[in-house]
Amino acid sequence: MEKKTMPAFKGTKEQEEQLKEVIESHKGQEGAAIPVLHKAQDIYGYLPIEVQTMIAEGLNVPLAEIYGIVTFYTQFSLYPKGQHQISVCLGTACYVKGSGDILEKIKERLGIDVGECTPDGRFSIDATRCIGACGLAPVLTVNDDVYGRLTVDDVDDIFKKYE
Amino acid sequence: MDMVRGHVLCCGGTGCTSSGSEAIIQEMEAQLAAYGLDKEIKIIKTGCFGLCALGPIMVVYPEGAFYSRVKVEDVKEIVEEHLLKGRIVKRLLYQETVTDDNNIKSLNETNFYAKQMRIALRNCGVIDPENIEEYIAVDGYKALGKVLTEMSREDVIKTILDSGLRGRGGGGFPTGLKWKFAYAAEGDQKYVCCNADEGDPGAFMDRSVLEGDPHSVIEAMAIAAYAIGADMGYIYIRAEYPIAVKRLEIAINQAREYGLLGENIFDTGFNFDLEIRLGAGAFVCGEETALMTSIEGRRGEPRPRPPFPANKGLWAKPTILNNVETYANIPVIINKGADWFASIGTEKSKGTKVFALGGKINNTGLVEVPMGTTLREIIEDIGGGIPNGKKFKAAQTGGPSGGCIPASLIDTPIDYDSLTAIGSMMGSGGLIVMDEDNCMVDIAKFFLEFTVDESCGKCAPCRIGTKRLLELLTKITKGQGTMEDLDKLEELCYSIKNAALCGLGQTAPNPVLSTLKYFREEYEAHVRDKVCPAHVCKSLTSFVIDPEKCRGCSLCSRQCPNDAISGKIKEPFVIDQSKCIKCGACQAACKFGAILKK
Repeated sequence: MEKKTMPAFKGTKEQEEQLKEVIESHKGQEGAAIPVLHKAQDIYGYLPIEVQTMIAEGLNVPLAEIYGIVTFYTQFSLYPKGQHQISVCLGTACYVKGSGDILEKIKERLGIDVGECTPDGRFSIDATRCIGACGLAPVLTVNDDVYGRLTVDDVDDIFKKYE
Repeated sequence: MDMVRGHVLCCGGTGCTSSGSEAIIQEMEAQLAAYGLDKEIKIIKTGCFGLCALGPIMVVYPEGAFYSRVKVEDVKEIVEEHLLKGRIVKRLLYQETVTDDNNIKSLNETNFYAKQMRIALRNCGVIDPENIEEYIAVDGYKALGKVLTEMSREDVIKTILDSGLRGRGGGGFPTGLKWKFAYAAEGDQKYVCCNADEGDPGAFMDRSVLEGDPHSVIEAMAIAAYAIGADMGYIYIRAEYPIAVKRLEIAINQAREYGLLGENIFDTGFNFDLEIRLGAGAFVCGEETALMTSIEGRRGEPRPRPPFPANKGLWAKPTILNNVETYANIPVIINKGADWFASIGTEKSKGTKVFALGGKINNTGLVEVPMGTTLREIIEDIGGGIPNGKKFKAAQTGGPSGGCIPASLIDTPIDYDSLTAIGSMMGSGGLIVMDEDNCMVDIAKFFLEFTVDESCGKCAPCRIGTKRLLELLTKITKGQGTMEDLDKLEELCYSIKNAALCGLGQTAPNPVLSTLKYFREEYEAHVRDKVCPAHVCKSLTSFVIDPEKCRGCSLCSRQCPNDAISGKIKEPFVIDQSKCIKCGACQAACKFGAILKK
């Protein structure tokens, strides 16, 4: 597989201030790394090495440990997400109802793979584990909008809303 | 005080929220205000009713009218006709609740609810989960009061032991025994933890309990803390469940305000407080030692047991960890007694179990049935059978740790031991139904893809073994497998089962073993005959045109992205198999049903 290209880090001063506050409020607390990483990802949208370094220094733990945590948990992302984050549920209930075909169609349409973002930064695709809306299977979400009871033919209509 | 003459219960669970219940609630508020009814009709946003397939759901009391698949534009009609003029809008009712003589019957008499017995879900879809007063009104925190003022710690443990309650998260370990071990363990500090890291794909009962009845879990954790001598608890919950997290936060804050969490609870000198910890998307964190490592803020990798968490758990202190559904049973057991609980279920599995019904079934949703109910009752009576007239092929229980139960065993009574005996397991309660269009080799492969992805990598049998299993399965689904591969597959499964470090690794081969056992002929068809009987595996499926049905309209050839279809107008067309990429576009386009999968 081709190596993903890493866009330059564009963190702002305000984001850095916010992150420092978060680190300060968790300092000394046992098991602080994961809650801090959650909040850092809320601030920056992802966790590039620059952000991880700030957290490691702020909490006084080795960067290797922070990196180890970030790469262990699938919720933490080393790469930025698209303006429209598409998540296709691949839980069992959705899978047996054909969500795999829907994911293929979206990948084909955007020309990117799972976990990647289109070069213009507009769309990214994730394959998620069960989001618990099994009654609506198969399901996909675009940012906070949920689309359920889908067929492959619905994909084009969904894209029309975001293009 | 305003007189409230009617209640509108709207489901605010994840299923109904996803199908738009939030907009319906807003429209309802607006319409009630427009008709001046907002003082006499009260809207309550409840937890999950269970019938997610029919969402968004709205129930109007006192009549008990059950409106299903409500749309925003229907709300005005419900307000105008039903709430203002008292005429139920029959068009929008769940048709099962309409009797032959055109009256409505209670929800509890419908097929979906009649065989259910709701203990863990008793308050879901009944109370407003964001209001502690509503929980207190249905005997909430009564059990905690009873435990703190009337019962000794030993009494509590004995009650839970006698009830026969077993862990609902998967393993089925007796809950009372776990508590007894932690009670007996020496330690200056003990912890009570709740496992709400519901990672099995297709299982969402824990989320529904937390969304619909968060206080029952808080109350139960306080009872457990009293019994083992802890004063601090953690709820470890998936970050993917934002609604549940929010309701839990509200519930914890309300309980603190009411003095039901914090110091000197019920003036008894008992202290207990709770914190929420968010998971970050790792299936292995459902394993108890991995979960505790994650709460400690590290990579959630399991560690060998012993020492068991009851002796050395969170931060090496005595700890108990129970699942959400297990906790939801505790207050009822304390209030109604161990004998009452033990009278429900089978000899070794007491009480009820919640299942998340999903897949190829009409009534997808949450159901709670007494242990010992048969699979047939769940699928045919409660679940309403398989849609589109298809045949039932298998039911998958226990998620990636469980197995597939074939149609021949559909009369198996469901409890911990009978499921284990047939090579599956209870798991947390996902129950996915499959029909004849599902390929069992593909399903086994699907679960192995999951396990390979989620294996934490700490022990070699799981890290490498599951990868090799997946490679063998992929080879078989591509039609390149040999009969020796089937033997290798089985042998490798047993090696992983014997050697993996944690429960998740040890059960990871179950989906392969159970499908090999019950659907071996399907594996053999892939290997020997190079066909996929369900037409799922692409490499083994080809599209052909039935010359009898083809009218020669050329629509398919125009749809084909690879120019694989050719022919003369008004004569049967032909697919060039060497060019066909099996996308299925032709089949979808054909108006005469002339294109078949072979």
